[in-house]
Amino acid sequence: MLSRRAFLASSGMLVVGLRLGARAGAQSIPGADRFVGKSLAPDAVDSYLAIHADESVTIFVGKVDIGTGGRIAMRQIVGEELDIPPERIAMIEGDTALTPNQGATAGSYGIARGGTQLRQAAATARQALIAQAAQRLNKPVAELDVADGVVRSRDASVSVSYGDLIGDRTFNLKVDPKALLKAPDHFRFIGKSLRRPDIPTKVTGLHRYLHDLILPGMLHARVVRPPALGATLASVEEASISGIPGARLVRIQNFLAVAAEREWDAVRASRTLRATWVTGAGLPDAATQFDAMRASRVVRDQDIVKKGDLSALSAPPPGLTRTLTAEYRWPIQTHGSIGPSCGVADVQADRATIWSSSQNTHGFQATAARFLGLERHRVRVIYMDGAGSYGPNGADDACAEAALISKALGKPVRVQWSRQEEHGLDPKGPAQLLELRAILDAEGGVTAWETQAWLPIATANLPNIPLLALDAAGLQQTPGRSTGLIYQNVDPPYTMPNVHAVVHWIADAPLRTSAIRAPGKIANTFAVESFTDEIAALVRVDPVEFRVRRLTNPRAIEVLQRAAARMGWQARPSPRPVEPNAAVLTGRGIAFVHYKHDETLVAMGMEVAVERATGRIRVTRVVCAHDCGLMINPDNVQAQLEGNIIQTLSRALHEEILYDSDRVTTVDWSSYPILKFPEVPTLEFELIQRLDQPPLGAGEAASTPVAAALGNAVFDATGVRLRAVPFRAERVKAALGG
Amino acid sequence: MAKLALRVNGGNREIEADDPDVPLLYVLRDDLGLTGTKFGCGLAQCGACTVLVAGRAVRSCTTPARSVAGQDVVTIEGLGTLDRLDPVQAAFIAEQAAQCGYCTAGMVMTARALLSRTPRPSEAQVREALAGNLCRCGSHARVIRAVMRAAAQGGR
Ligand code: FES
Ligand code: FES
Repeated sequence: MLSRRAFLASSGMLVVGLRLGARAGAQSIPGADRFVGKSLAPDAVDSYLAIHADESVTIFVGKVDIGTGGRIAMRQIVGEELDIPPERIAMIEGDTALTPNQGATAGSYGIARGGTQLRQAAATARQALIAQAAQRLNKPVAELDVADGVVRSRDASVSVSYGDLIGDRTFNLKVDPKALLKAPDHFRFIGKSLRRPDIPTKVTGLHRYLHDLILPGMLHARVVRPPALGATLASVEEASISGIPGARLVRIQNFLAVAAEREWDAVRASRTLRATWVTGAGLPDAATQFDAMRASRVVRDQDIVKKGDLSALSAPPPGLTRTLTAEYRWPIQTHGSIGPSCGVADVQADRATIWSSSQNTHGFQATAARFLGLERHRVRVIYMDGAGSYGPNGADDACAEAALISKALGKPVRVQWSRQEEHGLDPKGPAQLLELRAILDAEGGVTAWETQAWLPIATANLPNIPLLALDAAGLQQTPGRSTGLIYQNVDPPYTMPNVHAVVHWIADAPLRTSAIRAPGKIANTFAVESFTDEIAALVRVDPVEFRVRRLTNPRAIEVLQRAAARMGWQARPSPRPVEPNAAVLTGRGIAFVHYKHDETLVAMGMEVAVERATGRIRVTRVVCAHDCGLMINPDNVQAQLEGNIIQTLSRALHEEILYDSDRVTTVDWSSYPILKFPEVPTLEFELIQRLDQPPLGAGEAASTPVAAALGNAVFDATGVRLRAVPFRAERVKAALGG
Repeated sequence: MAKLALRVNGGNREIEADDPDVPLLYVLRDDLGLTGTKFGCGLAQCGACTVLVAGRAVRSCTTPARSVAGQDVVTIEGLGTLDRLDPVQAAFIAEQAAQCGYCTAGMVMTARALLSRTPRPSEAQVREALAGNLCRCGSHARVIRAVMRAAAQGGR
C-alpha cells in the first residue's frame, strides 16, 4: 500500500502506515466486548447495569445520545438511585449485542421512557444490594445507609462496598416496578447541571465519530447515483475508472458503487465513472404541490377530535357575526445534518457487524438481517456518534449501502454520502397543508372550530424506511412511507365546546418521507397557533389573554404568564398601529403548545423587526417558558431548547426543498440556506423544575410554537399574516405589498 | 505519483499523492489520521473542515494540499490537548458549547483565527467571523458566549 504511506520527512522513518486512523477495534467503547453474552431482556436488571469489583459501574442504554446530553443525564439517574458518583459510571449505548432494546431514540422519550426504565433498574439493584449487605453485616435494612457505593450501618461500625457485594457478578433479578425511588429532597445528582463528558473530546478533535472509523482492510466506497430518481442502469464503462489506483466497481442491478483504498480515490472514481441510465417516471410539478395535495386521492379520513355540536360548521346559524377561514402551508424540508450520512459494515458469510449513527440500531439490526439473509442474532449493529440527527436521516441508507458493498467485495466498507446526496436523497419531512375555520359569535366567542389537514399516510407496521440501496439492488423490502405521528396537535389546546379536527390521509408524497424532529407537530402548531392569533386579532383581544381565558391546566397558564412577564408583555390586541413611514416595523408575538396534549408545556414569545423595503425579518428576542416536569439536567434541557428554537427558526425563515421532474434541486447550503450566526436572536428561558413530577421530554416540544410565534410577531409588527413557510424576504416583501 | 511536503501541527510530513489536486482535508484525515477535521459539504459552504494555514482560517475541503506546501497548517489536534487546552477550547468547555459537536472543531478554528487577529472583538464581529460556520443542532448562542469568554480572558 505504498500510496497510503506517510513519512516523517525529518528522519525518513516510516511512522504512520496504512491504518494510522485505526484507533477503533470492533467496539464503540474500548473493552466493551467483554460484556458480549450478557442479558438483554428488557425486564432484567443485568440488562441495564453491571457493578464491577473495582467499584465502577457500566450502564447499558438502548437510547442513544445524539448530542442531546443523555450521556450525562443517564449517569445522573443511575448515580442517584445507586448513590454512586456519576463519574464512576461508564456507558454503552445502542449496541445490539450489549444494550437492551429500548426502542428508537425518538419522540422525546430518551429520558422520559429510556431513563425511567434505567432508573427503576438502578433502584431495584440498590434494594438488592442493601438486602445483601444486611445479611453480610448482620444488621437490619433499616439501620443501613449508602454513600458513594458503600453500605454502612448508621452507627458506622460496619460497612461493605458494592464491589465486595456483587463485583462483576450478575444480579439475576427482574426489574421491580415497585422498587422505591429516591425522594426528591434527597437528590444529589438529579436536577443538577453536571457537565457533559463528551464535550472536552469534541472540542479537541479527539472524539471518535462514526465518520472517523477505520477498520483494518477497510475500503472507502461511494454510491453512484442515477441522474434522475428511479432511473435504471443501462450500462457501465468499467474502464473509465481504470486509471484510479485500486478503484473497483460493484453493480447489483441498478445499484452502482465504487470503492478504493483511499477515500479521495473513491470520490474521484465516483465522479469519473461513466454509466448510462434510462430515466424513470419523473416527479410531479413542485410549483403546484399543495394544489395536488388537495386534489389527491384520500385513502381515509380520520377524526382526531369530534366533539360538541358541529352544526354551526355546516350551516352557520343566522345572527352569528363571522366565519374565519385560513390555509397554512409547510414545505418539504431536509434533516440537514452537518455531516452527511455515513455507514461502516463488515459483512462475512455467517455474520455481519455494522457501525451506525442510527437512532434505531435495534430496528436496523432486524432490517439488515432480512436483506443480508442472516439470522438476527448474527447481525450486530453498534451505535457511534454521527453528526447530529433529528429523526431518521440517511444513516440507515448509508449503512445498507456499506453492507451490500462489503458483502460483494468481502472487505469492511465505509460509505460516506456527499452533501448533494444528503440534501437530495435523505428521507424528507413531508409537506403539510392545513385549512382552519372558526365560527365566531357576536361576543367574539368561538362557536365552532374546524381543522382539516392533508397529510401523506404512513404505512402501518412498516419495518423500516424503504431503503434506496435495496430498491436499486432489487432486494425485497416492504414498500411504503414513514412519517412519524404527524397528526398530533392539529386540534386547539383550548377549552372550546365544538371542535372537529380531521386528517385527510393522502396516498403519496413526491419524495420519500421520514420523521423530522417533532414530526408534523411543528406545522400543525404553526397552523393552530397562528389561527388562534387570527381569531384573537379579529375579536380585538390581547393574544395572551385570549389563550389564558381558554385554559384550565394551571401548568399551562403558568408557562404563558411567565413568558409574558419575562417579555414585559403589554396587554393589547394585535396588530400594533403601523407607522406609515417607518422603514423597520417591530412587533411581538406569542404561541403556546401542550405537546401531544399530554406532555411538555411551552409558551414562546418572540420579538421581530421587519424591513419594509426588503421584507427581511430579523428576530431580535425569543423568550421560552418551559415545563417538562422533572429536569434531570437543566443545562441539558436548555441546550435542547436552544437547538429547538434555532433549528425551527431556520426552517421557518429559510428552508424549502424544491425539485424538478428528475430530482431534488436544492442540494447544497446555498440553494437550501439555513440560519447563520449573525441571525441568531437573544434567547431567554424560564425553565420550570418539577422535582416531584415525571420527566416529560425536552427534545422536541419547544420547536413546535416557534413558527407561529414568529408569524404572530410579524403580524403584530406589520398587520400582514404569513401563512406559508418559509418566510423568505421576497415572499414577505410581496405580502407587504412592496 | 508526486511527493508532497507539508508542515502540520509543527511537524514535517511527506505524503504521496496520486492526484495533484487532492484536497487538504483528505490528506489530513486519510493520510495523517487527523480526523478531528470534518467533512461537511466539500463545497466551502459549512466550515466543518476549517483549519489554520499560516494563521488564517481556511476551508480544507476545497484547498488543494499542494497549495499549502511549506506553510504552517494547524488542525484542531494541534491547537491544544486535553491537558493543555487552547483558551478557545477551554471556553467552549466552560460554556458547554457543543451538541453533536460535528461542527465544533471548525468553529474553534475559526474563532482561534479571529482572536489571533482581533483579540477583543465585539459580539457582532464574532457573529460575522462565524457566519460561514453552520450548525444544525443550534449550539450558536453558546458558541458566541464561548468566543466572547475566550476574548475576555485574553484569548491568546
Ligand atoms: S466541508 Fe469544507 S466547508 Fe463544508
Ligand atoms: S453541534 Fe451539531 S451541528 Fe453543531
